[in-house]
Amino acid sequence: MNGAVVVMQASHQGLTTALFLTVVAVTIGITFWASRQTHGATDYYAGGRNFSGFQNGLAIGGDYMSAASFLGISGVIALSGYDGFLYSIGFLVAWLVALLLVAEMLRNSGRYTMADQLAYRMRQRPVRTAAATSTVVVSIFYLLAQMVGAGALVGLLLDVQGDAAKNVTILGVGILMVFYVTVGGMKGTTWVQIVKAVLLMLGSLLIVVLVLAKFDFNLSELLGTAASNTGKGQAFLEPGLKYGIDTTHKIDFISLGLALVLGTAGLPHILIRFYTTPTSRDARKSVMWAIGLIGAFYLMTLVLGFGAAALLNKGDYADVAASSGNLASPLLAQTVGGGADSTGGAILLAVIAAVAFATILAVVAGLTLTSSASVAHDLYNSVFRRGEASERDELRTARIAAGVIGLVAILLAIPAKNLNIAFLVALAFAVAASANLPAIVYNMFWRRFNTRGAVWSIYGGLVSSVVLVVFSPVMSGKGIDPVSGKNLSLLPTSIDISWFPLENPGIVSIPLGFFLGWLGTVLSKDQEAEDRFTELEVRALTGAGAEGAVTH
Amino acid sequence: MTTTTHKLDHRRSDYERIARTPEFSELRRRYRAFAIPATVAFLAWYLLYVVMSMFASDFMGTRIVGNINVALVFGLLQFVTTFLLAWLYSRYSARHLDPLARDLTDDFERGVE
Repeated sequence: MNGAVVVMQASHQGLTTALFLTVVAVTIGITFWASRQTHGATDYYAGGRNFSGFQNGLAIGGDYMSAASFLGISGVIALSGYDGFLYSIGFLVAWLVALLLVAEMLRNSGRYTMADQLAYRMRQRPVRTAAATSTVVVSIFYLLAQMVGAGALVGLLLDVQGDAAKNVTILGVGILMVFYVTVGGMKGTTWVQIVKAVLLMLGSLLIVVLVLAKFDFNLSELLGTAASNTGKGQAFLEPGLKYGIDTTHKIDFISLGLALVLGTAGLPHILIRFYTTPTSRDARKSVMWAIGLIGAFYLMTLVLGFGAAALLNKGDYADVAASSGNLASPLLAQTVGGGADSTGGAILLAVIAAVAFATILAVVAGLTLTSSASVAHDLYNSVFRRGEASERDELRTARIAAGVIGLVAILLAIPAKNLNIAFLVALAFAVAASANLPAIVYNMFWRRFNTRGAVWSIYGGLVSSVVLVVFSPVMSGKGIDPVSGKNLSLLPTSIDISWFPLENPGIVSIPLGFFLGWLGTVLSKDQEAEDRFTELEVRALTGAGAEGAVTH
Repeated sequence: MTTTTHKLDHRRSDYERIARTPEFSELRRRYRAFAIPATVAFLAWYLLYVVMSMFASDFMGTRIVGNINVALVFGLLQFVTTFLLAWLYSRYSARHLDPLARDLTDDFERGVE
């Protein structure tokens, strides 16, 4: 390594660190500002319901476009070509479920949590316990994947190796997210997400324009170069390179596709974002903005992924492969900025690294807020205190719960830091689609639906998804990768408990969730739930009596 | 406690009064007439895309122009239909659902006071 490279390396690290610290400083500033605007439960849980459709649309984008989308999808496209694009499409089309069936009616009928909407006409305690369990499980899965990803990522981006750096990152991210949530509540979290969404869109757009400019904005030429540069030819531009190996893998992908398209509208951290707007019409507008932003973003990841495949040199491309794709966008930024030895390359790499970091922070904050809100509002107040707790008690519990959830996430993420737990994101989508979506949809569209149906569909979808994954190749039985020598499953190779052939449980657990919701309902009679359906339906469709915005 | 229960009952009867109006039946009919067929259509369209990507790779790999193949066009069409359906729903709601919902909410609030 010559002197100039060492200097560049050092300046890139210095610059990246400076930008990371700027992101942290700005978000801390926002949080303190938000804490002064937060005066009660509606402010803390729902940001006072004062965010406009556009603001909430940005925040939804900030909540949804995780590092797994930003770095993961462009990485899969860079390594496996077209198949990465299949992911993006599931993630986007899913928003139509939220738009057409869920967002507005949830906004009109609930207050703070996913459970509110079910509890409107069901027996409070069993339904809230089930919904809170599912909320916390989904959020913790998602949170763990983000935090372990953060540990690996910050090490890669700052070029620091070793377990200590990962531990420090996980701890730092954990402390920051608890800080955002306990101090800034929903207002702080929302603004962190808005800032992140703007940074992510602008950062991606910059790289996309630079990539396309290299090909005179000719997409066909970009694709052709990607296909030839990777040595995979036309197959790189067609589906099947990653998932088309055999029929089991193909069915596995269809199973994943189902979970992606039906899971989004059942993710608790997405659902509670609809409560932050003044009316259901604003909630609808926010989903419209979110669809526009998220769609534009996934179109950009297509260019980023194929751009990385087309433009990276052999050494960088090997680094991308070694990072399972996560380094595709950062190294592409460095390449289009002028390469590893240029100031432009160092600046763009640092910018994209900081954007990725902001992305992680915004997503983990949303997850912590969602799960702590459900613990305090559903479990503590409605189940343990039978709705008698004061607002002060409930909010204190919410803040304590955020701290405890943060601690649990840190304690689980540190030992898991070297495991490949990216599957937890797909599992979170599968649980959301199997446990939450059936209950939400039945509740809105089926008068007869009742408490037993809700409880059975939630626990049934949750337990079946998790159990199927435990006995899937994700956990055990995949053996050792002949190339890298790594264990492909989570458990040691000496243990093989796998009997379920698919890695994604959705194709079984989603129909099961819907079936159990139906079965539980027809096996019991709940006149009160049926009677109150009229009230729920009028409120959901018209907005009559819905929670309003707070005016200070 | 008694006053809250009384108030809840009062509101409940207001909700039931709204539910019996022909305007509410019309609102529900219009909402379902759009949302349910649209949901069935986009889910079927998406599943067709996923299944064909997995099981019709020869067709999906057919080149159209340069390196642009059927798979890419089909994928981009999913984006187009998602944007289009979202826009159509938003327009439909603003024209056919929101005015009815507003009238019914006003009616409800007059009843509560």
